[in-house]
Amino acid sequence: MGMEGIGARVLRKEDQRFITGKGHYTDDFKMAGMHYAAFVRSPHAHAKIGKINKSAAEKMPGVVAVLDGKQLTGDGIGNLICGWMIHSKDGSPMNMGAWSALATEFVRYVGDGVAVVIADSPDNARTGAEAVEVDYKVLPHVTEAVVAMGSGAPQLHPEAKNNIIYDWEIGDKEAAEKAIAGSAHVTEMEIINNRLVPNPMEPRAALASYDSAQDHFTLYTTSQNPHVARLVLSAFYQVAPEHKLRVIAPDVGGGFGSKIYIYPEEIVCLWASKKTGVPVKWTSDRTEAFLADAHGRDHVTKARMGFDKDGRITGFSVDTVANLGAYMSLFSSSVPTYLYATLLSGQYNITNIHCNVRTVYTNTAPVDAYRGAGRPEATYLVERMMETAAREMGMDRAELRRKNFVTEFPHQTPVIMCYDAGDYGATLDAALKASDWAGFEKRKAAAARKGKLRGIGLSCYIEACGIAPSAAVGSLGAGVGLWESAEVRVNPVGTIEILTGSHSHGQGHETTFAQLVSERFGLPTDNVQIVHGDTDKVQFGMGTYGSRSGAVGMSAITKALDKVEAKAKKIAAHLLEADAGDIVIENGEVKVAGTDKKLGWHEVCLAAYTGHNLPAGMEPGLKEGAFYDPTNFTFPAGAYVCEVEVDPDTGKTEVVQFVAADDFGTIINPMIVEGQVHGGITQGIGQAMLEGAIYDGNGQLVTASYMDYCMPRADDVPSYQVSHHVTECPGNPLGMKGCGEAGAIGSPPALINAITDAIGNNNLTMPATPARVWAALNGK
Amino acid sequence: MYQTNYHRASSLEEAAKLFKKGDDAKFVSGGQTLIPTMKQRLAAPTDLIDLRHIKGMSGIKVSGKKVAIGAATTHYDVSTNGKLAAVCPALAALASHIGDPAVRHMGTIGGSIANNDPAADYPAAMLALGATIVTNKREIEADKFFKGMFETALKDGEIITAVAFAAPTRAAYVKYPNPASRYAMCGVFVADHGKGDIRVAVTGAGNDGVFRHRAMEKALAGNFSADAIASIATSADDMLSDIHGDAAYRAHLVNVMARRAVAQAG
Repeated sequence: MGMEGIGARVLRKEDQRFITGKGHYTDDFKMAGMHYAAFVRSPHAHAKIGKINKSAAEKMPGVVAVLDGKQLTGDGIGNLICGWMIHSKDGSPMNMGAWSALATEFVRYVGDGVAVVIADSPDNARTGAEAVEVDYKVLPHVTEAVVAMGSGAPQLHPEAKNNIIYDWEIGDKEAAEKAIAGSAHVTEMEIINNRLVPNPMEPRAALASYDSAQDHFTLYTTSQNPHVARLVLSAFYQVAPEHKLRVIAPDVGGGFGSKIYIYPEEIVCLWASKKTGVPVKWTSDRTEAFLADAHGRDHVTKARMGFDKDGRITGFSVDTVANLGAYMSLFSSSVPTYLYATLLSGQYNITNIHCNVRTVYTNTAPVDAYRGAGRPEATYLVERMMETAAREMGMDRAELRRKNFVTEFPHQTPVIMCYDAGDYGATLDAALKASDWAGFEKRKAAAARKGKLRGIGLSCYIEACGIAPSAAVGSLGAGVGLWESAEVRVNPVGTIEILTGSHSHGQGHETTFAQLVSERFGLPTDNVQIVHGDTDKVQFGMGTYGSRSGAVGMSAITKALDKVEAKAKKIAAHLLEADAGDIVIENGEVKVAGTDKKLGWHEVCLAAYTGHNLPAGMEPGLKEGAFYDPTNFTFPAGAYVCEVEVDPDTGKTEVVQFVAADDFGTIINPMIVEGQVHGGITQGIGQAMLEGAIYDGNGQLVTASYMDYCMPRADDVPSYQVSHHVTECPGNPLGMKGCGEAGAIGSPPALINAITDAIGNNNLTMPATPARVWAALNGK
Repeated sequence: MYQTNYHRASSLEEAAKLFKKGDDAKFVSGGQTLIPTMKQRLAAPTDLIDLRHIKGMSGIKVSGKKVAIGAATTHYDVSTNGKLAAVCPALAALASHIGDPAVRHMGTIGGSIANNDPAADYPAAMLALGATIVTNKREIEADKFFKGMFETALKDGEIITAVAFAAPTRAAYVKYPNPASRYAMCGVFVADHGKGDIRVAVTGAGNDGVFRHRAMEKALAGNFSADAIASIATSADDMLSDIHGDAAYRAHLVNVMARRAVAQAG
C-alpha cells in the first residue's frame, strides 16, 4: 500500500471545514425571496380535526400563506408510503393506513402536522402558526403496542383491525416447539427494547424552490439518500416528475437512519414553494426533532431458548410485538422482520428457530430504522438469553457461547441468512484476553473493599450489513434494489473525481473513498475529489445506511476503477509499444514491468483526452461508471466485554472498562473505523443506561428535550479498548463487511449483562438508570 | 422568541422605574433560565431590565467570618474567589458545579435565588448558611425567603441586591445530578455554625422546593457524624417523583447525600 492507501490512518479531509464552522448544511443555503415554513402540530395524541380557522393567522405580519391538508390532497399530493411490503403469515398484505403529509381528518400523535404557515421570517412564521385555530375533538389514545392490540383499545386506522399492521412469522414453529419441549433446560425471558430518539447533531431541514420558467423544482434537504428521496417524491407523492426535480443533500450532520426517510415536511415545502411562488425553507428545532423524527426500537418480546444437557442450544422461540407508531415510515416494516428475525441465530449453530412478529399502530411518532435497525434488538435478545442461560445452568458464560459457535462456513441458518466467513472464537479469545476476564474476581474483591459492586458482562454479536442483493430483497418485499453506483472521472491532468451514490453524513467518505484511488494508482488523496449528494451530478444511488457504503458503495467504485485502470493500461501499452498485460501502475507512474520504460500517470490521462495517439478504435476520454449489486449480505461480528462498578447507595453505574474485538473484514482507514466503534458503543451505552423516549398517560412525549432525554456524555463512558480481527468477506472485491453499526449493536447486552452480574438481579430493563438499578438492587 | 425591549439599568431606582413602566416587565440578571424560556416562547415579557450593570451589584466582600455577595456576582466568580474559599469553601465548590462553564460565566447568585428552581443549588446553601437575602427594600432571612417551587418572599418589583451570611465552622454540599439535565435530583448542604447550631438543607428532592431537614439537624447537633443520621428516614410523601426517580428513591438519596455531606464537612 502507499502512504494513503488501504490500511492507512489518513486524517479526515472533511474535518477541517466541519470543525472550523465552514461546513455547508441545508440551513446555510439562502435563496432570493426565500420564505420560511412553520408547522401547526397537533397537541393531542389522537383527535378528529374540526374546523381550521386561518383568518387570524393570514393577517399576521409577514404571512403569505396558511395551507392545510385538504388543500394538499386537493392538489393531488399523494400519501406517504412504506416501501417494503410484508405479508402476514395468513398471506394477506400488511394493513397500511393512510398518511397524508398534512393531516386531513384525524391527528394520530402529538406533533402530527395539521397546517403550515409560510412567512417572511422564521419568527413570523411561528407566530402565524400559533394564530391558526384548530378545533379538535379529542379521542381516546394508546401509546403502548401491547395495549394497542388488546380488546377495547382505540383504533387508529380503519385498515388495521386491532391496530395490527401484520402478523408475520419466520422459521419452523413446530420444530422449534418440539426441540424446546425435549430440552434439558429452558431459559425464558421477557425483554423490552426501549424506544430511542435518534438525535443527529444537525436537525432535519428542507429548502425547496420552484422555477416556473423551467417548471423545475430544487430541494436542498438533510438526506442520507437524495436519489431515493427524488424517486419517492416523484413516483408516489407526485410532487414533480423525476426529471423536473433536483435533490441536493449537502453536508449533513449525522443521520443514524433518521434521515433515510422522506418526511411530510419536505413534501410540504416543495408543494408550498410552487403554490406560493417563493422558495420555502423549514428547519426543525430540537423539540420538533424529538416529536417528529422517526424514533427507533420499541419492542416487547417473549422468548424461550432450549438447551441439551451439555449446553447445546436445541431451539429458540421468539414472540415480538413492535411499535411502529402512528404511521408506517418508509422502511419501518422491514426493521422488525428481515433486519431483526433473520439475525436471531446470533453467532450460534441453532437448528430450530421460530419467530413471530406483530407490528402495531399506536399514537406515537413513527418508528423506523435507527443505527443497527433490528439487529440491536436481535443481539440484545440473544445475548441476554445466553448470559441468563449460563447463569441458570451454572455454566461458564464464555464457554457456553463457544460451545455453540458456528465454526464452519458457509453456514446456513434456519432464518434465511447464510454466514459467509467469520472466526467467532478468535474475537471471543481476543476480548477475554484484553479484558483480563480471568482476573475479574480480584478486581471485584478490590471494588468490594471500597463499597462498590463490580460486574462483568459479555456479548457476542453478529449483524448483517452491506445491504443487499437486489433480487433477494425484492423477493422479500423491498420496493427498491439495494445496489450502488459509481463513476470515476479522470481529468486530463490526472486528477480524479469520484461520483458516488453513497452519501457521507459523518462517515468520512471524502477520505476513505479517496484512499481507494491512492491504493490503486499511488496518487495522493489530495488529487481526488469525492462528489456525492446531488441528483444533478450523480446519476443514481441508493445512499448510505445499514453500514453499506464500504461493502457496496466502495465495491462499485472498485469496479469503475477496474475499468479505468484497464483503459489506462491499454493507452500506455500503445504509447510505450508494450503489451497491456505488462503494464503496472504504481506511485503515480505507468510502467512496463521489468523495463525502465514509463510514463507519468498524468501523461497517460492527457493522451486519453488529446486523442492524438490512441489504440485503433478506442474512444477518447477516461471516465468509467459501474453498478455493483451485492451477492450476499456481509456479516460483521465480534465480542464485547463490559465491566462496571455500581454504587449500591445510589444505583449509579460507572462503566470502568469496555473491550471491543471486532471482525469487519478489510479495513480501509483504521482511525475512522475506531471512531465508528467508539461512537457506536457510546450510542449503545446510551440505550442501555441513559436514553429512553417516554410518552405519559396523556400521550405527551415527556422526553422532548435534553432536560429529560439523557444523551451519553464524555463522562458517561470509559476509554475504549478496540481491536480488529480480520476474516475477509468473500462476497465483495475488497473483502469488507462494514463497521458503522456494530458498536451500537453489540454493546447494550454487554452492559446490561455486566450490571445484572454486579447487582445479582437479572430483572432489569433498559435504560438501567440509577433509580432502576437501585430499585433492582433492593428487590423493588 | 417574541420581541422584547431590553433595558440596561444603571441604578436600582432606574430599574424600579423601568419595571413599573413596562406592561409585563421582568428583571434579568444572567438570564440562564429566563432567556431559554423566552426562546421556547414559554415566557414573553414586554421588557427585560438588566440588573447586572448597577453599581455595587456584583462582587464578594469577606470580613472575618462575614461574607456578602452581590446579587449579580456570577457563579464563576463565586467559585474562584480566594477569600470566600478560605472561609466557606463549600459555597465556592457548590458554584463550581452549577451547569457548565458557559452557564457559570453568565448565571448569577441573585438570579438563581430569585428564580428558586426546586432543583437549583444555591437555595440549599442559603438555607443552610442561614443567609440574609438583601433587597432594595429590606432584609429577609433565608428561612422566610423560599416559599415553595419557584416562589419567594419577593414582592412585585423587589430586587435582590446581595446575600450575606456568617461563614460556618464547617460545611459541605453534595448533590446527586439528574442524569439528563445534571440539575440536582437531590442536593444536601450541611453547615455547622458551632455550639450545636447545625443546618441541613435539601434541594432537588422535595415536592415543595428547598427545605430544612430538622430531624437530621437535631441528630447532628448531638453527634456530627454520618452515622448519627444513618437511620433517619425522609418521608417519600414529601418527595418529587418523575421519570428519573420516584419519591422513594429521592427520599433514599436525601439520606445518602446528607451522610456524604457530613463526612465531607469533616
